[in-house]
Amino acid sequence: MHTVIDNVRLIDPESGLEAAGALLIHGETIADVLTGAPPALPDGVTRIDGSGACLAPGIVDLGVKAGEPGERHKESFKTAGRAAAAGGVTTMVIRADTKPAIDTPETLEYVTRRAADAGQVRIAPMAALTRGREGREMVEIGFLRDAGAVAFSDGDQVLTDARVFGRCLTYARSLGALVIAHVQDPSLSRGAAMTSGKFASLRGVPAVSPMAERMGLERDLALVEMTGARYHADQISTAHALPALRRAREAGLDVTAGVSVHHLTLNEFDVGDYRTFFKIKPPLRSEDDRLAMVEAVADGTIDVISSMHTPQDEESKRLPFEEAASGAVGLETLLPATLRLYHAGQLSLSAIFRALSLNPARRLGLPGGRLAPGAPADLVLFDPDAPFVLDRFALHSKSKNTPFDGQRMQGRVRGTWVGGARVFGP
Amino acid sequence: MTFRARHLLGIEPLAPPEITALLDLADSYVDLNRRAHKHGEALAGLTQINMFFENSTRTQASFELAGKRLGADVMNMSMQASSINKGETLIDTALTLNAMHPDLLVVRHPHSGAVALLAQKVTCAVLNAGDGRHEHPTQALLDALTIRRAKGRLHRLTVAICGDIAHSRVARSNILLLHKLENRVRLIGPPTLMPAGIADWGVEVFDDMREGLKGCDVVMMLRLQRERMDGGFVPSVREYYHRFGLDAEKLSHAHGDAIVMHPGPMNRGVEIDGTIADDINRSVIQEQVEMGVAVRMAAMDLLARNLRARPREVMA
Repeated sequence: MHTVIDNVRLIDPESGLEAAGALLIHGETIADVLTGAPPALPDGVTRIDGSGACLAPGIVDLGVKAGEPGERHKESFKTAGRAAAAGGVTTMVIRADTKPAIDTPETLEYVTRRAADAGQVRIAPMAALTRGREGREMVEIGFLRDAGAVAFSDGDQVLTDARVFGRCLTYARSLGALVIAHVQDPSLSRGAAMTSGKFASLRGVPAVSPMAERMGLERDLALVEMTGARYHADQISTAHALPALRRAREAGLDVTAGVSVHHLTLNEFDVGDYRTFFKIKPPLRSEDDRLAMVEAVADGTIDVISSMHTPQDEESKRLPFEEAASGAVGLETLLPATLRLYHAGQLSLSAIFRALSLNPARRLGLPGGRLAPGAPADLVLFDPDAPFVLDRFALHSKSKNTPFDGQRMQGRVRGTWVGGARVFGP
Repeated sequence: MTFRARHLLGIEPLAPPEITALLDLADSYVDLNRRAHKHGEALAGLTQINMFFENSTRTQASFELAGKRLGADVMNMSMQASSINKGETLIDTALTLNAMHPDLLVVRHPHSGAVALLAQKVTCAVLNAGDGRHEHPTQALLDALTIRRAKGRLHRLTVAICGDIAHSRVARSNILLLHKLENRVRLIGPPTLMPAGIADWGVEVFDDMREGLKGCDVVMMLRLQRERMDGGFVPSVREYYHRFGLDAEKLSHAHGDAIVMHPGPMNRGVEIDGTIADDINRSVIQEQVEMGVAVRMAAMDLLARNLRARPREVMA
């Protein structure tokens, strides 16, 4: 069965293509990418009019918390899947910081089965790096890899014991497994809920120096240099960490890094009067840091933009700032929020989709992230200019903890396809 | 009316005329409190609940007395021992209390911003009696009244705040208030007890006490918590006292008529020498306690007037 989506602006981060054209889908894969004049179509081809919107490879969101197992009152594969489809996310790379952690092949299998039942979008599960994410014993990296784990990470739990972490990296290296780490010096950041500085001091909230991120990263990079492992830093959010990252690249280490869309579009002042929806981990940074992150994405120092989707219910957020839970939902706001940088003239659309789709897919060894014959027909059709005011209760996520509530956004998803099947849109 | 606020959550939202109006009213309550018959009627018929999620004897007693002097029905709730330990959230506690129709809620909480959060959910007036490291507005107001009565003015003074600034809500509220009324503020203490970003606050920072006290009109000492004395933030009590404890010699670097203040309770021999604290020519520490009752009477009086003047509704 053939389908053509025509009258679109094609955005392909792999070739850098940004041009008017059409896309031909055959079954579950892309059959052809057509630019220029509309082609004569053979009979039997279903035609979808893109109405001049942009068509890009579906987003591969690295680091989604889906709430299962253990926190189904906050999110489920079904609700997360709907949110993903509505946000143009075609692959959710799910985190292992569940309750219990995804640290055995059996738990992973449960997760994969639950996710498959819920349908909607693709799931690429991560597994914990250590049992119970406790930082003591490594998980069965080989078995978990065979069971489908695309990366190994203890989430925001920093593995403090350098010896244990070094061994995990060494073992992972022998299997070619990717290790993802949260970069933070935990002794410095203990108890902190904001980034230290004038604002946090005035608000009287315990805060952490931005230097804690660089310290965590520098240690990890030394261990990567020692072991030769494949390594990804989940979220870089401070300018101090960037030189270390660049040095590691120049030294030829197999290192990549990500940033959350929140650290690209918000800063510490957004917390205002203790607004807990803006409490995330790591905490929001200074405006200088935010701008440095935008530049780092533009120049390729930072590879991946993700939502770090972390659903929290009202009860865990309606607390004094220090006590409130960290995290924000992001699957549905990832694209419109990132498009703020496009509208600000800071990132091109192909640069945005390099960071949202191509780079994460490549890093995890997934086939998507590009518009090319043979690639899976995982697609997002969106109007980058369509304005709207975000209403958190209109989100598909079970939890509504978005920092963008009531904000003006620009960029709406018109359609989402996973493996050639439309999962969102009319 | 010059005082328009619905709650007293901090010094930050107050305009200078509001502060002055409150201090003027407090002055009149000082007179009332010195009479044999100390009873006013400003809060008659109103219910005041003191909710303290953190230990306090002095502040709670001061608020209780202030309420009773003005005729309110006062209830004290020690929240450490209550349902908050049974998993009830702060919001639920607030809603429960609100259902009892209090008019004035006096709240102290160990977390910054917690009092403001609670204030969003109740229909009465809320007074912040200290939230985490954030603000302690009535302390700053009573300090301001004490200074104004001792120095005859509350502008163009040089005020030194000494000690543990980093963990002090008293320091934050005082800095805000003194700046609003155009005074110079100096902070003196070891760098480990200074908050981050202090350079951007518009204050002068010193880690040498003698230098910092030079020419000061007011010396405010802060309490150093016991748990911060042993190696964590400062090496030892005796080294702290040697470098930052206020004694006659260090005080001699300040103005000859400089006054000495302390929010209490004092650690004699840690941050302040006993003889300085007791020197009636220099120390206004007892006056601070007296002004505390008057300022709290004034604050609750003004909030109660605003409460009567407008319909009650919960701010969502």
